Amino acid sequence: MASGLYSQHLNNKKIRYMRNSALVVVLVIFALVSLFPIAYMLAWSFGPAIEAASTSYSIFPQVWTLDSYKKFLNYSPYSLRWLFNSLVVAVCTVLGNILFASMAGYAFAKIRFKGRKTLFFLVLMAMMIPYQVTQVPLYILVVRQFQLTNSYFSLILPGIATSYNIFLAKQFFSGIPTALLESAKIEGCGQLKTYWLIVLPLSKTILAVMAINTFLGSWNNFFWPFLVTSKEAMYTIQVGLKQFKFANGTLLSPMMAGACISAVPMFILFFALQKYFLEGVTVGAVKG
Amino acid sequence: MKKRSDRAAKAYKKKRINHEDFSGWGFIFAAMAVFLIFTLYPVISAVITSFQNYKPFGSEWVGAQNYVDALNAPLFWKSIKNTLVYTVAVVPLSLVLAFSIAIMILPFGKKLQSVFKALYYLPGIASGVATAVVWLWLYNSSPSGIFNQLLGVFGISSVNWLSSSKTAMLSLILMALLSSHGSNVIIYMAALHGIDNTYFEAAEIDGASFMQKIRYIVFPMCKPTTLFLLVTGVIGSFQVFMNAYMMTGGGPDNNTTMIGLLIFNNAFTYGKYGLACAQAIMLAIVIAALTMLQFKVMGDDVEY
Repeated sequence: MASGLYSQHLNNKKIRYMRNSALVVVLVIFALVSLFPIAYMLAWSFGPAIEAASTSYSIFPQVWTLDSYKKFLNYSPYSLRWLFNSLVVAVCTVLGNILFASMAGYAFAKIRFKGRKTLFFLVLMAMMIPYQVTQVPLYILVVRQFQLTNSYFSLILPGIATSYNIFLAKQFFSGIPTALLESAKIEGCGQLKTYWLIVLPLSKTILAVMAINTFLGSWNNFFWPFLVTSKEAMYTIQVGLKQFKFANGTLLSPMMAGACISAVPMFILFFALQKYFLEGVTVGAVKG
Repeated sequence: MKKRSDRAAKAYKKKRINHEDFSGWGFIFAAMAVFLIFTLYPVISAVITSFQNYKPFGSEWVGAQNYVDALNAPLFWKSIKNTLVYTVAVVPLSLVLAFSIAIMILPFGKKLQSVFKALYYLPGIASGVATAVVWLWLYNSSPSGIFNQLLGVFGISSVNWLSSSKTAMLSLILMALLSSHGSNVIIYMAALHGIDNTYFEAAEIDGASFMQKIRYIVFPMCKPTTLFLLVTGVIGSFQVFMNAYMMTGGGPDNNTTMIGLLIFNNAFTYGKYGLACAQAIMLAIVIAALTMLQFKVMGDDVEY
């Protein structure tokens, strides 16, 4: 704890009280400013589904209706399917990463097999490469060579075991005492059993963090789904929202409704699993 | 004696493929298959494509022509300039902002700290598309746009935020500053909590003021964190794509075309795959150099 940074003013509670109140005021003002766009989005998503230019719009709508949600959902016969697609893609990506990345991470951390150093080095290098490098060949590969446009395969497969997650899992598993795994081996556990019965149960937190980050990343991903989908039926919600925006640039409330539909599920997830979200930020960043 | 037996064991290990090898390969098989097909192959292919004129049936080799073309295009340099302007404005300022917020959150109890962390983190959860859609309206050019209403309070007339060449970049910078400092705040908080209280106690005994404590204890102790955030921030900022794509389309007059958008346009609007790959590889080299620099400067200070 670094609370020693502030003088405690032990003999003068009044000063401490005033200082803390001043800090709270500044912090709340900052928070309000950065939360304003979200409040604006939520409020105006309930506004009327008419051209914004025809009304002089205030900070918050005067009439509150659900019309704009209807307008957004009626824009395409597939708009609910977009949510479903996003969900399918995110869930599969998460499951794949939890299983494959953690298995690979375990092997890199605790199994001495040939080639582990070289392969892990390649994975590390890959983390540095910006996505702009791989986007064109990946696009050519998936769209031209595999002919997988508009399929769940193309949406899910490239992200099913990311280098970052392999790295994260490896880092965490390296911290598990080898003696523990060795004793499991003496008791007669094979590698698979050790991984399944000892390592995974010890790693629930890191796996939860990984799951949440991956889920969020997949749900919010726009670029790749945009490249590999051309049929409305296969859009994810982000791609759908972008198409809606380009088609209906003048409809304020329906656009906000669309933005809400894309963002609110993640807000709910955030409030439900806050601890893991916040933990996830510092994982892999800095040693405290 | 021990050394020799070690060496013998090593030699033995080298020759024989043992049980460990098999289980290791089994464990990494799925992840490595995905890695080889969807990461390693594309990287190699990008390098090759950058020396080619891509055609669906048989690309032709053009040597370094794509690189020459890229370097000769004024737009390439303009996009680099834009990217740099954006980065220089956004990254340091957002660090200062995050650092100040983290310092201000510090004196409070655990509960209140979590509340503030959550509040600051929340805007970063919305997708880039959703954020852009909302900010597009905040920057609405009519007098009833939120930012114009705000200017109106101060008696300044309305501004064409996103479509005037004077303010378009400023708008994107402002948006970045206000919508994504949550994770930086949290990382700084973790770093601040890692500073041992004895430092402050010693400083207190020496009669150090608050600012002196910040300057002589907090700054040096947070240096690895700052460097980490600086480099990751710069790397992220070099790859920025969403905001320009969604908000301005790179305009007006390519004043907000950044390198990420330029590469995207070359590849997927004009179909110049070779050129796009060449530009992407130059970007990757710059980013790799930055990362190396980070490792070098920080040395053992930071553990990944």
